[in-house]
Amino acid sequence: MSKHTLSVLVENKPGVLTRVAALFSRRGFNIDSLAVGPTEHSEISRMTIVVNVEESPLEQVTKQLNKLVEVIKIVELEGSAAVTRELLLVKVKADAETRGQVLETVQLFRAKVVDVATDAVTIEVTGSAEKLEAFLRVLEPFGVRELVQSGMVAIGRGSRSITDRTLRPVPIPAPPAAV
Amino acid sequence: MSEQATGEQVTGAQSLILALEAAGVEHVFGIPGGAILPAYDPLFDSVRVRHILVRHEQGAGHAAQGYAAATGKVGVCMATSGPGATNLVTPIADAYMDSVPLVAITGQVSSNAIGTDAFQEADIRGITMPITKHNFLVTDAAEIPRTIAEAFYIASTGRPGPVLVDISKDALQAATTFAWPTQLNLPGYRPVTRPHAKQVREAARLMLEARRPVLYVGGGVIRAGAAKELRVLADMTGIPVVTTLMARGAFPDSHPQHLGMPGMHGTVAAVAGLQRSDLIVSLGARFDDRVTGNLDSFAPNAKVVHADIDPAEIGKNRPVDVPIVGDAREVVADLIVALEAEADAGHAGDYAAWKDFLTGVKAKYPLGYDEPDDGSLAPQYVLERLGAIAGPDAVYVAGVGQHQMWATHFIGYENPNTWINSGGLGTMGFSVPAAMGAKVARPEATVWSVDGDGCFQMTNQELATCAIEGIPIKVALINNSSLGMVRQWQTLFYNKRYSNTDLQGQTEVRIPDFPKLAEAYGCVGLSCDRPEDVDAVIQKAMEINDVPVVVDFRVHRDAMVWPMVAAGTSNDDIKFARDMAPEFEDDDL
Repeated sequence: MSKHTLSVLVENKPGVLTRVAALFSRRGFNIDSLAVGPTEHSEISRMTIVVNVEESPLEQVTKQLNKLVEVIKIVELEGSAAVTRELLLVKVKADAETRGQVLETVQLFRAKVVDVATDAVTIEVTGSAEKLEAFLRVLEPFGVRELVQSGMVAIGRGSRSITDRTLRPVPIPAPPAAV
Repeated sequence: MSEQATGEQVTGAQSLILALEAAGVEHVFGIPGGAILPAYDPLFDSVRVRHILVRHEQGAGHAAQGYAAATGKVGVCMATSGPGATNLVTPIADAYMDSVPLVAITGQVSSNAIGTDAFQEADIRGITMPITKHNFLVTDAAEIPRTIAEAFYIASTGRPGPVLVDISKDALQAATTFAWPTQLNLPGYRPVTRPHAKQVREAARLMLEARRPVLYVGGGVIRAGAAKELRVLADMTGIPVVTTLMARGAFPDSHPQHLGMPGMHGTVAAVAGLQRSDLIVSLGARFDDRVTGNLDSFAPNAKVVHADIDPAEIGKNRPVDVPIVGDAREVVADLIVALEAEADAGHAGDYAAWKDFLTGVKAKYPLGYDEPDDGSLAPQYVLERLGAIAGPDAVYVAGVGQHQMWATHFIGYENPNTWINSGGLGTMGFSVPAAMGAKVARPEATVWSVDGDGCFQMTNQELATCAIEGIPIKVALINNSSLGMVRQWQTLFYNKRYSNTDLQGQTEVRIPDFPKLAEAYGCVGLSCDRPEDVDAVIQKAMEINDVPVVVDFRVHRDAMVWPMVAAGTSNDDIKFARDMAPEFEDDDL
């Protein structure tokens, strides 16, 4: 099994997330993470889906996804050719004694403290999955009280855009009205 | 979006009916109810659309399927919200599995009540997501014409399938203007129908190189209307042909190259043909588990050319050497051109030894059956005679089970769209309503429903629809007083422990009395117990054309479907009768 990152452009219509999620569950594919949000075009949303499958089931995943009428385009983003990011918010125990060490860790990871209480700090950090994992490992000894993590988002490197060509409207002549 | 507007003020309901008319709909099968009620008012006035009032929504769905399968046109069914809509779930799932172009229109509770668990509310869009090609929820009357146009377009193009349009009651009641769109904008929907020329040439090359090729023909050839082209391809190459359960009729049963149906209950020749082939040319088929048996041992030495309009089918179950995405008719037409070019260059395939081998297998292991010792009626004989008397121009519509397998084997099909059944989903109760739909679509044709007594009791209420609406179908009831296929498995695999498959029990009288039941529904009820009466009763049924006829053929209960490949085993272990495995003389072929 290996992880694959799919960027899926979909029509921004109600129910499309359900369709995609239902397809994964019905066909028995595992989603590691899924993030969805708007794009530079209001009518298109973009999903970043991380799946954990072998090569040939991956082909089935993309083919089945492509069959969904509201799925416009699927691009697999390969490791080095893409930038991937996740967002983590974590609440760590930090009293007068440990706060200094915690803040040092925050600095090292170029993270950010977004809330402070007398006995805890809340930290925001973005990065690749590996970076977030490492960050959590270092924080662990201080005591993680709560954490929340976003799905991965990813974008290809370079100047090309995967939404460029998809925007061209391809009108289909409707069947003429029967008279 | 450019549209042809009529400009006049209409209700959403009127707009829906105008849209159905614009889409060319002539028949709708359905039942009204609260949420869809507004649509039934203008439907009452439509002269172009005939609504056929069925007795159960499942009947409406299967009727629309039969209508579509008999003609290739989109079948249309209509139901109200909640239970009306959920009763359509089975036929929608059936249409999805068998790629039947179907548009289902359902009423939905008013938009402000959606999500409140209102009376007769069901999230039918959510429910049908995994069993539709696409579905819509419309809550704005202005969206109705475009949605209907898109629904028909999606249902009928690419790989055909069911599309559900759920319309809220307030959208049906709202004031709007009707405008039929002239353009559709479906940015994510672009089915590929033209096959790639290079792939076609590569397929042709493999076909010429092969020594043991088989054309594996599936339902896609029927849906694409490619039977004529297939005939040309088969005749010019001489390659043996197998037709799956969904493709029966795509190639004449009388043709010497035809090996019959492959699969779990396939003929020995068709199963052996695939099993020992060195090249499978799959045309609109999907390597279903009922065809392949155990996948690992299926056709172990065969290369595969897989042509299908649905890219997701290609390589789904069996690795492929030459994938071709395209419409079956265009693929076969292009293959013909490519092979003609090869023939002009002096290249032809050499399949003589292979054809001899298969001709031998076919002659040695023909379809057959044993006459019951006690002089009672063999079901296979009934279907053999039905095929002979009603002929290859009639349309045969089967349910699911033993009678379906006997009907596919013993009737004899020569033309596409004359064999209609529930293949993928295996829906008992399919036959009577689907036959009704087929008869509406082709009133000039003789339409025989071939049904089992188990299946028949699931949907026979549609005989009332047939009798009242003037749809004179004929029903050949293969009555063995059992859930016969399940009973067969109990005989073979469960030590003859007939748990819950006896539909007659210990009763002295027949329950129900099918001829009486038929008469209660305004049909003619006939019965037949003896082989010597079969021809006469079929003749009699053939002469009745003003009302539906039901013939109760009381057949031998222990008749079994052969050949058979037991579930999960290899196709190499086919038995042509109980404990009888074929022996192939030329084992090194």
